[in-house]
Amino acid sequence: MELSGGEIIIEALKEEGVEHIFGYPGGAVLHIYDALYKQDAVQHILVRHEQGATHAADAYARATGKPGVVLVTSGPGATNAVTGIATAFMDSVPMVIITGQVHRAMIGSDAFQEVDSVGITRPCVKHNFLVQTVEDLAPTLRKAFYVASTGRPGPVVVDVPKDITAPEVKIPFSYPRDVQMRSYNPTVSGHTGQIHKAVELLLSARRPMIYTGGGVVASEASAELTEFTQLLGYPITNTLMGLGTYPASDEQFLGMLGMHGTYEANMAMHDCDVLLAVGARFDDRVTGTTADFCPHAKIIHIDIDPASISKNIRVDVPIVGDVKQVLEVMLQAVRQTDRRAKPDDLAAWWKQINEWRATDCLAYDRNSDLIKPQFVVEKLCEVTGGDAFVASDVGQHQMFVAQFYKFNKPRRWLNSGGLGTMGFGLPGALGAKLAFPDEDVVCVTGEASIQMCIQELSTAKQFGLPVKVVNLNNRYMGMVRQWQEFNYNKRYSHSYVDALPDFVKLAESYGHVGMVIERPGDVEAALREAFAMKDRLVFMDFITDQSENVYPMIEAGKPHNVMRMRELA
Amino acid sequence: MRHILSILLENESGALSRVAGLFSARGYNIESLTVAATNDPSLSRMTIVTTGTEQIIEQITKQLNKLVDVVRLVSLTETAHIEREMMLMKVRATGNDSREEVKRVTDIFRGKIIDVTESTFVVEMTGDGEKLDAFIRAVGEEHIIEVVRSGTSGIARGEKSLKV
Repeated sequence: MELSGGEIIIEALKEEGVEHIFGYPGGAVLHIYDALYKQDAVQHILVRHEQGATHAADAYARATGKPGVVLVTSGPGATNAVTGIATAFMDSVPMVIITGQVHRAMIGSDAFQEVDSVGITRPCVKHNFLVQTVEDLAPTLRKAFYVASTGRPGPVVVDVPKDITAPEVKIPFSYPRDVQMRSYNPTVSGHTGQIHKAVELLLSARRPMIYTGGGVVASEASAELTEFTQLLGYPITNTLMGLGTYPASDEQFLGMLGMHGTYEANMAMHDCDVLLAVGARFDDRVTGTTADFCPHAKIIHIDIDPASISKNIRVDVPIVGDVKQVLEVMLQAVRQTDRRAKPDDLAAWWKQINEWRATDCLAYDRNSDLIKPQFVVEKLCEVTGGDAFVASDVGQHQMFVAQFYKFNKPRRWLNSGGLGTMGFGLPGALGAKLAFPDEDVVCVTGEASIQMCIQELSTAKQFGLPVKVVNLNNRYMGMVRQWQEFNYNKRYSHSYVDALPDFVKLAESYGHVGMVIERPGDVEAALREAFAMKDRLVFMDFITDQSENVYPMIEAGKPHNVMRMRELA
Repeated sequence: MRHILSILLENESGALSRVAGLFSARGYNIESLTVAATNDPSLSRMTIVTTGTEQIIEQITKQLNKLVDVVRLVSLTETAHIEREMMLMKVRATGNDSREEVKRVTDIFRGKIIDVTESTFVVEMTGDGEKLDAFIRAVGEEHIIEVVRSGTSGIARGEKSLKV
């Protein structure tokens, strides 16, 4: 079979099992778009801005576990995609981004829509390639998918000069089965001796704590983690990225930890004697001040990325390996031993934890005349049975979802944790809806974040993606306002969003349903009404309390056991 | 502390900038960096001299290993090794006394004069960094026109080697 470069790209996508790609055409990728036009196997979702394409593909990948695929043109197409690529990179999401490039002969000449895409994306990709010949195209794409989806996953950019995709140059096509890369061999199996040491340490614990992150999602190790934790009877906390990998409704779950984590999770971190960290990277929003991190604990750390180990926090028992494989081995060892802690051994620790829990750190004023954002998220959780895919933007609303939406399954919580990208939510929700058309998909956002990618309401209409938008509208960049209240003596510098659009009319103008909800008593009914409209995108504009803050809060430079708590009247 | 990292990497366009970019993005120091293709033209050999605490060096090593283009990496500082640097120095050499003096110092340091004009010499010198520093001091700033140093290259002593 003789194919052109453009056709080779489409065939490669088919070989990789890609059903959907997100993109935006332009000069340098027109040959590829022409090849796309002539087939039906790969569906292309036309976004309204390349940032939307990358976020949608990213959330598609987070929801399904399969690499998300993006196709954009050279120059501005590539630069617009950069935010989404960096977002995926920070959260280790597998993606393949195909960027058009100017003709090979014109590279370096400051040609129209030329930019050094490989150079610009280098610090925010797992790897990238500039395809030099049409013969290299298929092997490079095979490598791109392989690198993106193995080891610690991440985005891979493939930059393709236009003349390589030209229809008049055809070469025999065969797609390589195997990938040989002498320089890339991700470690998979954990060291047996280290695993043995870890198990011994865990069995000796009397104030144990399990802290797990997005690596458990990436490794599909939720079932192993849950069984392991329940067999030991130890308390567990999840990072923002790890929510859903352990059922939030379970008694052993202490909620999220970190800057806006629960009192019980953070206190248990501070006082534990053995900490098991699984697929988590000791991010600064999680650790608080590193000098006072888990001061009494021996630390075990399982991670597939050796560079994550002892980067921010020195650990005692490092285990480099795939989380699922390591947990399977540990589970086996724990099952076979009779030295597991008896309930009595842990009684004092659980008594202490339950005392912390009794502070009810997430309590908020339930008698307010104003809509509390927490209340909306609680009701959302109730109405969707805690089972929806929830994409969020970044800020207070994101933290309220993390605190109040009880995720019981992995891959349902889709948010930009590492980079903290406003604008992720709406295109993210569209990506998830495309993958799971029969499931409830919600975008929880704020009036500031939503405006960063609001143009994707149009994409939702064109491709029939009836997600629900929960806009927690407090007329402020809430998290910025909160920091200004605490740290800048209430000087709210440029955090007030004046001249907001009428979101109901805005939604309607895109062909969707708009609602505005102003009273707490109307919240549940509005949600039920919206979710009953299965085939419509419903934009719910909740007018919320402007003064609401996210508590608890570990302020910058403070350890886990120093939290700013809400004072309720 | 000073460390010498010896790296085998894919001889592909962009590989060098991945390494250099990693150092600048993460705020690590590069004292010197040398790179050229090896006897296997698909591989480049790079020597990086860097400084940092043990923890920083550990991170640098791990981050370098994470780069897809890096095939193998070893810290030479941890083993018996040889390091060499080459220097080309253009020296003002006018008048018999001055020319004799430069020639004498060059001989003492076992360098070679590889270019001669009526008023200048070019001296080629190899050795470790300290030896080259000492030669610069011995010649004296007032006689030096320009100095070109290659940066350090290193190799392990004995049977140890860095190969694919």
